[in-house]
Amino acid sequence: MSAKWLLCLALLITPPAFGQGFAGLGTEADDGFAVPEKGVPFDFPADHGPHPAYRIEWWYVTANLQDAAGNDYGIQWTLFRSALKPEAGRGWSANQLWMGHAGLTTAETHYHAERLGRGGFGQAGVTLDPFEAFIDDWSMRSLAVDADPLSAVQLTAKGEGFSYDLALTADGPLVPQGIEGYSVKSPLGQASYYYSQPFYQVAGTLRLPEGDVEVTGQAWLDREWSSQPLSEDQTGWDWFSLHFEDGSKMMGFALRSDASAEFTSATWIEPDGAATPYTDGALRVTPLEWAEVEGRQVPVEWRIELPVRGIDIQTTPLNPQSWMGTSFPYWEGPISFSGSHTGRGYLEMTGYE
Amino acid sequence: MYRSALSALLAHWMRHKLQLFSLIVGLALATALWSGVQAINSEARDSYDRAASALGQDQLERLVMADGSPVPVSVYAELRRAGWRVSPVIEGSVDLAEGSARLVGIDPLTAPPQANAPALTDEDDPTRFLIEGLLIASPELAPRIPAELGAIETSSSIAVDTILTDISTAAERFGQTNPSYLLVAATQPADLPPLSEVASLQRVAGENPSDIARLTDSFHLNLTAFGLLSFAVGLFIVHAAIGLAFEQRRATFRTLRALGVPLRSLITLLAVELATFAIIAGLIGIALGYAIAAALLPNVAGTLRGLYGADVTGQLNFDALWAAAALGISLAGAAIAGAQALSRVARLPILAPAQPRAWARASAKALRRQSAAAAGLLALSVALAIFGSSLLAGFACLACLLVGAALALPGLLTWALDQAARFGQTALGEWLFADTRQQVPGLSLALMALLLALAANIGVGTMVGSFRGTFTGWLDQRLAAELYVSARSEAQAEDVRAFLEPRSDALLPIWSVETRISGLPAEVFGIVDHETYRNHWPLLDAEANVWDRIADGSGALINEQLARRDDLSPGDVVELEPSWTLPVVGIYSDYGNPSGQAIVADASLEARHPDIPKLRLAVRVDPEDAPALAEALRARFDLPGQGVINQDEIKQFSMNMFEQTFRVTGALNVLTLGVAAFAMLASLLTLASMRLPQLAPVWALGLTRAKLARFELARTLILALLTWVISIPVGLLLAWVLLSVVNVEAFGWKLPMEIFPSDWFRLGGLALLAACLATLWPIRSLARTPPSALLKVFAHER
Repeated sequence: MSAKWLLCLALLITPPAFGQGFAGLGTEADDGFAVPEKGVPFDFPADHGPHPAYRIEWWYVTANLQDAAGNDYGIQWTLFRSALKPEAGRGWSANQLWMGHAGLTTAETHYHAERLGRGGFGQAGVTLDPFEAFIDDWSMRSLAVDADPLSAVQLTAKGEGFSYDLALTADGPLVPQGIEGYSVKSPLGQASYYYSQPFYQVAGTLRLPEGDVEVTGQAWLDREWSSQPLSEDQTGWDWFSLHFEDGSKMMGFALRSDASAEFTSATWIEPDGAATPYTDGALRVTPLEWAEVEGRQVPVEWRIELPVRGIDIQTTPLNPQSWMGTSFPYWEGPISFSGSHTGRGYLEMTGYE
Repeated sequence: MYRSALSALLAHWMRHKLQLFSLIVGLALATALWSGVQAINSEARDSYDRAASALGQDQLERLVMADGSPVPVSVYAELRRAGWRVSPVIEGSVDLAEGSARLVGIDPLTAPPQANAPALTDEDDPTRFLIEGLLIASPELAPRIPAELGAIETSSSIAVDTILTDISTAAERFGQTNPSYLLVAATQPADLPPLSEVASLQRVAGENPSDIARLTDSFHLNLTAFGLLSFAVGLFIVHAAIGLAFEQRRATFRTLRALGVPLRSLITLLAVELATFAIIAGLIGIALGYAIAAALLPNVAGTLRGLYGADVTGQLNFDALWAAAALGISLAGAAIAGAQALSRVARLPILAPAQPRAWARASAKALRRQSAAAAGLLALSVALAIFGSSLLAGFACLACLLVGAALALPGLLTWALDQAARFGQTALGEWLFADTRQQVPGLSLALMALLLALAANIGVGTMVGSFRGTFTGWLDQRLAAELYVSARSEAQAEDVRAFLEPRSDALLPIWSVETRISGLPAEVFGIVDHETYRNHWPLLDAEANVWDRIADGSGALINEQLARRDDLSPGDVVELEPSWTLPVVGIYSDYGNPSGQAIVADASLEARHPDIPKLRLAVRVDPEDAPALAEALRARFDLPGQGVINQDEIKQFSMNMFEQTFRVTGALNVLTLGVAAFAMLASLLTLASMRLPQLAPVWALGLTRAKLARFELARTLILALLTWVISIPVGLLLAWVLLSVVNVEAFGWKLPMEIFPSDWFRLGGLALLAACLATLWPIRSLARTPPSALLKVFAHER
């Protein structure tokens, strides 16, 4: 999942301070943090765990769900890790901060919750054997036996007015984003390590004030880590994950800049998991309809074009008010699309003031 | 025309500089007293709001280990993983250049908002707090923190004795990984597993910030009442000065009108003149009020901190709103005082004789009218005291009493002097009384001011004294034991007990159980039968064999708050817990405690709650041996911070606090009295020049000027003395209203009134002294009046 850089830094900075970076952090990763390099193959399952030498990292799940009556729902489950220092300290000085975000969207209501914690004592973190990413009573726990730990996971979270407990089972492989997992984020070359699991089938229960709802659907996991923030002039992003009806998937994002044209990137994923990355310019995203959300104008309907694949679709949100009112607020919610193709997906938008 | 009219009006002030001075100073003093008290009050109130927020995490419930040891960090993680919103704190004491402070290490990631954690999304660099060991302290404490402790940032939302830092910093400093305790967020998610399933920890209730507010409100109410009284006193002065200035300028007004100045223009000019004076006086008053507040605030701060543990900074901030309010008060005061004078000018017949009527003897009719109004107000005040049932009614009662008494004063003085004159043995004596009586209307406003000042002094003095007496008496009773010891754990309590057994006269356990009585939180204490209680416990109402009934478990004592709340009296039955009822055998005073409380036999409570640890002990020893024993305890046991408390130290401390309180009220007393004395001076000075026609005939009959001057002095003293006599019942009534009406309405408890006659006489002496000083200048000038001036009276027959 692309430009969650900022979001993660939200642990530490306010949006206006973004331009200056944080704690001496410029556009270059200094301070002794490791920097992603091209051509380093992933090492699973070790890479499912945390990489404390890098400044920021996340485990990010979104799911498009339906109940028996065909009503649509969406959920988000995210665990961010942010290192205060490259060297992992001990105890309370572990220097690892964790932030959980959970969302549940229905056509009428959008629920969200946030949790913060400190690594080092078992309140929040990611363990490899057995695999579990957790903060407080939220967890993504591996159910896999003799397989990649992320091939089957149990996902739970709760917040005010909602909770969910979902089983996710992958029916496809892990997919590296960008060039074999090296995902470039700006013309200046800022990049991250990035892979996804877009092939989850979901079954489970949503708990809402109206009662429990049994749901099924599709989910998408993103894993990403790096030390470099965006370019100084990048102000926000629009990120899409799309499940097509034929089983293909697509990831695409546009990084908006106040100094130059936006920077786009996309990955086309065949139903068998074969991925084709597209560099800047191949993807075009255009706002079609704006809505007032929490006192600001946010584009909630989009035209997405990836001409090389014959993609020209319009997206519609399940709930235009899918606002994550967390410490660093953003829009994130389920969408459906039509046009040249149909399907469902997730949209994340940040940087709309 | 305006210009010449204005210069004609202003010329008066050029010729009567003293009058101008008294007008300005009177208004300035009234404003200063009122605004000074307001400033103290609002500053202190701000401080409590701060204290209440700085109480921060102390208002939250905590989880601790039963034995007082740190909470294993694994237990913390388990609670979080179970969904409990708890936050770890590592806390300890650090030495400062002078004294010590509480270093509180919090985890800003999980800390509830009340813990005052710095915002992580703050524009300030949060890594300074999280990894660089930043310390946050109040502006008062910061300078005392040694530099080697770390970088300091100040925040006014931190309690004065606390340094806030990140838990990692505190962990490092104290070499401790396990949290000292866990804070429990005020709101917890629904459907959590019960605490007992996750961990075996004890829940400790947080402090309630409203407790502080309730206690300090009482102090502020008193100050506010004082401020209002001061202002009323000041208003009388202003009224006098303005009234005088208008009366004296009657001739000028008439002339101006006769020369063609329209009435409207004249009134406008006068109003503008008055407003200008009010603004000038207001500004002076603001400066003075600020000075008063700045001088008194450290004492107020000390009092509140010591008495109630409320943090008041002791630094006065200048508040523009406050200044504007003070100026407004000055203008309003001038408007009230000037309205009557202006209306008189409006009705002034152009052709009426322009003779100054200033201080002419009021007609008997006017006096009767005023006395009737006074009687009406006093009756209203009584009615309000009897039938009123709100704080507002209490204050209205107070206002009616004071204004009524002030209005009644001239009538009472006239009557008293009439009576006295009847016994005049000589013509001269008769003249003296008659002349004094003749002076009453002229001095009445100043005398009213004096009456109010004296009554306020007696009233507030009585109230503060009663408060002090009751509170310290109560403290004496409640703190009868010489030492109070708190242990960390039951095991340690056992050791302490074994250690103290052979070294003390008696060991009295102090322990309580939290319960709900009539649905509201309350505490039940268990006590053993001992003369400490029998001889000292402050009972308001009790059955005959109260202590025997407590000892054999057949009765309960309840505090006054519970008695008032549930309307219980001895003989009634109180339900302490479901299925545990006992007859009430006595009621005790329990000042400052908003909750209900009951006392039963130790054995009865023990039988019902065998598991509650008894960690606190009251120790009876020879007072001589107490310090040594306290030292021995501290040396031998690792007791918590306030583990051993010497009763003597607490009392000493409390007494100091009361002395500080007295300094504040004492200073205000002197100020109001000073203002009243000034009012007398102003009136007497004005009268002196006008009284020549009355004195000249007596002088002509053979009385020397020196003798006349002595008579003048005697007259003033007689009036001051009479005023003082009348002020005593007024002051006592005032105190009674404050203690038995306002206090009960405001706080739910009544303070028994104590009377301090020696104070009255001291005050009487002061009043006479003030009258002497006020009259000194006028009589000096009278004694030096050239005979020619006296003779002229006969020549200039008017």
